[in-house]
Amino acid sequence: MSGDRARRRGLTRRDFLVAGGGATAGLILASCGSGPEGNPAVSGSTSGGTGAKYEGPNVSLAFWNGFTGGDGPFMKDLVTQFNSETDNIEVKMSVQEWADYYVKVPQAVASGSGPDVGIMHINQLATNAARTVILPLDDVAQTLELQEDDFAPIVWNGGTYNGQRYGIPLDTHPLGFYYNKKVMEQGGLDPESPPATGDDYLAALEDLKSKGIEGHWVSPFLFLGGLQWQSLLWQNGGELYNSEGTAATFNSEQGVAAMTWLVDLVKNGYSPANVGQDADTIAFQNDKNAFNWNGIWMINAFKEIKSLDWGVTQIPQIGSEKAAWASSHNFVIMNKEGQDPNKIDASKVFIKWVIDHSVDWAKAGQVPADNSVRTSQEFTALEEQSAFAEQLPYVHFPPPIPGIGDIDVILETAVSEAVLLKKEPADALNDAASTADETLQENAEKYGTG
Amino acid sequence: MATQETTRVTASGLARSRARAATRGGPQKQGTFTPYLFMLPYMILFGIFVAAPTISAFWISLHNWDYLLPGKPFTGLDNYIDLFSGSGSAGLFWKSMWATAQFTIYSVPPLVIFPLLVAVVLHQKFPGRNFFRAVYFAPYVLGVAVVGILWRYLLDPTVGVINYYLGLIGLPSDIPWTNGLPWAWIGLVGMTVWWTAGFNAVIYLAGLQGIPRDLYEAARVDGASRWQQFRHVTLPGLRPVTLFVVTVTILASANVFGQPYLVTGQSGAPGNATRTAIMYITGEGLGRFRMGSASAMSILLASILAIIGAFNFRLLGRRND
Repeated sequence: MSGDRARRRGLTRRDFLVAGGGATAGLILASCGSGPEGNPAVSGSTSGGTGAKYEGPNVSLAFWNGFTGGDGPFMKDLVTQFNSETDNIEVKMSVQEWADYYVKVPQAVASGSGPDVGIMHINQLATNAARTVILPLDDVAQTLELQEDDFAPIVWNGGTYNGQRYGIPLDTHPLGFYYNKKVMEQGGLDPESPPATGDDYLAALEDLKSKGIEGHWVSPFLFLGGLQWQSLLWQNGGELYNSEGTAATFNSEQGVAAMTWLVDLVKNGYSPANVGQDADTIAFQNDKNAFNWNGIWMINAFKEIKSLDWGVTQIPQIGSEKAAWASSHNFVIMNKEGQDPNKIDASKVFIKWVIDHSVDWAKAGQVPADNSVRTSQEFTALEEQSAFAEQLPYVHFPPPIPGIGDIDVILETAVSEAVLLKKEPADALNDAASTADETLQENAEKYGTG
Repeated sequence: MATQETTRVTASGLARSRARAATRGGPQKQGTFTPYLFMLPYMILFGIFVAAPTISAFWISLHNWDYLLPGKPFTGLDNYIDLFSGSGSAGLFWKSMWATAQFTIYSVPPLVIFPLLVAVVLHQKFPGRNFFRAVYFAPYVLGVAVVGILWRYLLDPTVGVINYYLGLIGLPSDIPWTNGLPWAWIGLVGMTVWWTAGFNAVIYLAGLQGIPRDLYEAARVDGASRWQQFRHVTLPGLRPVTLFVVTVTILASANVFGQPYLVTGQSGAPGNATRTAIMYITGEGLGRFRMGSASAMSILLASILAIIGAFNFRLLGRRND
């Protein structure tokens, strides 16, 4: 289980207590903590060290992230190795569910007791930048001599907000096309040549159906139905939002066509109706489902199932262009009031070191963001990860708009209503778009970005 | 009846001790602040954990409040007015309130009646009684996360155990327990009854043990049948306990969060039909960091629950003897 999967399904007891104790519990914290005032670009100092070396006094860095799944041990090993190679910096890693993490980090940073360095998803950077949780890192990128050429452009450019850089990209984790070879054989398909076009895909599903197999289970949840729909929307040339991020455009012709394609899989008997949360993936693991568009984070989970005979490749091109949903983990430095500049320098050294060693991180089921790592022989030897990496030129991220994560739950409602056949795709998307418009405008007003 | 006797006893005992104190010339006068000093420890906790947060929540609800943003503009009652404005997000809030109301309406009757029956049975003397008492109480010790994950896999429409067994005995095996209506409500209420019925049963059991045996003997002498004993001795004897159980169960059901969050997903499948008020408020306050409007919603929900609670006390607390 990767961090992303954990983020959506996980709920710790404490998470429940925080939330279930009523909004009041959070509000006490809220009213007690006073946020850092002023512009972080001015108040935050990130000058000093080169990032290549840290020669100050011994420091200890608190490093928080949400790698609660199979990816956690990989990051832990990197941290251990870093600590043993570095005399004067000690990194202490602490892990919690992503959902928890994004609630807790701002509170902890505001009270001055939070982490020094952390990981954030690319769609969280703008929100946390606007809320002054994280520091701009342009000078970090400079001193670390990181530039656009070193990274996949989409990932590099996704880390900026308001013309400033807030995240140093560690990886990309796109959606890919997993196929179950055993089920394909049962359906009379060649397990070595998964369909790559829309016509082939539907033909393959028809073959599977004739053998009584429902070949592509459509999940009515954001994970994965919503991510599959977004991939298809981009394949049709659509966009989720207008360029200012003030209005939803996902109910466009392209968006409706994408949703209709998924809903038709259910209507035509290529998917069971009312698929439960994760049931599409469980069915894939149990040789009941042939095709599963799922995240790169499933590689190690599927590898652990010895009886599972599977392959992974690029998402088939159903629409007019190639596209796939993706997200990215980014290093961030926290905007703690009165932060010790030595710690900021030490953080840079740590970030630079992990990015240089990110091929070890790739083994956890990630595509490294750094070009030199991604083109290294060590990475290209990772067969499945390399298959995902080929999608890098055309992966899409949510736009860097503060509060954009708020729309996820609205999108999920639309996917649920459409895939469960409660509403026509166009109606579900139109309803969601009008709710999303309200939210986007409220956010634009709140963050002063409108 | 039993309570009245107790009251009388205590009152007369108090009178006696006062009289004694007076005759001995002991410390019969107490300081004006004594009762308040006795209440002080609780009042401190109440003040810190209930009164202060409530006042602070009300203050926050008058603002556009994100604790990290420097500007927290005062907006007066706008957050409350918005909830009645008919805007899209107000509609979503009221939809979540309706989901909470539905869950409460469906879950409170079984959670009040079923544990009573369990308690009456477990009150009898039979071999293995303590074992069964433990069995019925056992699920209650589990955390909501455990219960939620467990039931999500039991209830799953396509790969779940329940539908599998329904299929084996020839019943429909494609019931959407987690993402169709009314099935999702049946699943959520069912798992909640399984989870928390034991708690209410234990309360009832304590209540049953407090009913004097001689009342049953007197009823038997008068020729009352078992049903008449239950109707005229057990039920009236359980009145205060029932008031407690009903009140606590309504509050617990109205605060439902973990079961739908884990079983039907954070948006409350199908669509957002099973997203409850607490889920919506949590998303508004801790997801979107719109704490002003989240506080306004909390205060509205709390006010409605207070009214229901008061009504409940009037209805069940009334004595008809």
